[in-house]
Amino acid sequence: MCRSVDVRTAVLAKNDGLAAELRADLAERRVAAVNLLSSPGSGKTALLELVLRRARERGLAVAALTADLATENDARRLARSGAPVKQVLTGGLCHLEAAQVRALVDGWLPDATRLLFVENVGNLVCPASYDLGETLRVTLMSVTEGEDKPLKYPTAFGAAHLVVLTKTDIAGAVGFEDGVFSAAVERVNPGVEILRTSARDGQGVDTLLDRVLAVAGGAAPHAPLLAADHLRRHGHDHDPDAHHHDHGPDAHHHGHASPAPTA
Amino acid sequence: MHELSIAAAVVESAEGVAREHGADAVAGVTLRIGELAGVVPDALRFSFSLVAEGTALERAELVIEEVAARARCGGCDARFAVGSPPALWCPHCDTPAAELLTGRELELAEVRMAGSP
Ligand SMILES: Nc1nc2c(ncn2[C@@H]2O[C@H](COP(=O)(O)OP(=O)(O)O)[C@@H](O)[C@H]2O)c(=O)[nH]1
Ligand SMILES: [Mg+2]
Ligand SMILES: [Zn+2]
Repeated sequence: MCRSVDVRTAVLAKNDGLAAELRADLAERRVAAVNLLSSPGSGKTALLELVLRRARERGLAVAALTADLATENDARRLARSGAPVKQVLTGGLCHLEAAQVRALVDGWLPDATRLLFVENVGNLVCPASYDLGETLRVTLMSVTEGEDKPLKYPTAFGAAHLVVLTKTDIAGAVGFEDGVFSAAVERVNPGVEILRTSARDGQGVDTLLDRVLAVAGGAAPHAPLLAADHLRRHGHDHDPDAHHHDHGPDAHHHGHASPAPTA
Repeated sequence: MHELSIAAAVVESAEGVAREHGADAVAGVTLRIGELAGVVPDALRFSFSLVAEGTALERAELVIEEVAARARCGGCDARFAVGSPPALWCPHCDTPAAELLTGRELELAEVRMAGSP
């Protein structure tokens, strides 16, 4: 005899539940979190360094987390801005999970912080499935990565509140076709804003900061069609802690060494 | 390859269900995976076979039901398949979708217990 149980629960319910709690706690502390997603080398760190610098010039209390498989280089670069920065070494894990952000929010994040930027692991597949409790999810790509990339990674681009095109200073040199790119973005995420930035000449840095400040101030972000809200609701129906047995993200390594193929 | 993490989460939550029901082993699990969930079923099958080893799911059969992505038009209310690569625009009236109806599922649908209680 074989009993079967109809459970209908989101596989990532535990992460979704932790992320929802974190979102509520961050809101209470008046912190807006920004999750930055892109392939390795798209220019997240370079852009974020400028954003942090500019934020400090504008008198804003910013902080940043940066995730990397193995090195502390990005944290060193970001710390040059003078903002509090913490490196999260994922030890091979190809994405950040809400529990990792939670640990740093509780143990490290300075009280006065209003904007928390999170540079996710360079990868457009895995991080897209993990809610980090962010207020704003930003998906970036550079002009060198191919105009149709949003079609190849629809989950990452389709669930973004804001899309950022980086390295526009070299768009001409690489023959980047902006119209093709914009159409691809619009196809998977109708109505999403595309911001164009360059870490060489500072294009778009202030605008990006303005967009973050707007949602931090309570403005509703764009509502992407591919956002996993219905999954999140499922996670709540079935108490996410019901099966919890102190099994943190570290338990999920399993020789998890190769990030998904990119570009 | 976050399929390893996903497989680990499946095993963890199915083991929880088995414990709640006093079962030592799980005979099978059914997952529902949406076309736009960002999960590759074959990679998940492979990861599952690795992660299940030495757990209550060691002998469990993994059934994956793939769910097509469908959306509802914000203009004419038609329901349509989003297709691949996905287009969130209505094929009838060229208006953006109002909502995605299915396609982002990443669900543990059913757990089948082994043996009699
Ligand atoms: N031309 C140009 N190069 C850039 C720009 N932003 C970053 N880069 C270069 O692209 C490479 C990867 O940048 P990085 O910020 O480390 O990317 P990340 O992996 O996404 O954090 C580095 O060599 C940067 O100097 C930009 O706006 N313009
Ligand atoms: Mg970086
Ligand atoms: Zn229509």
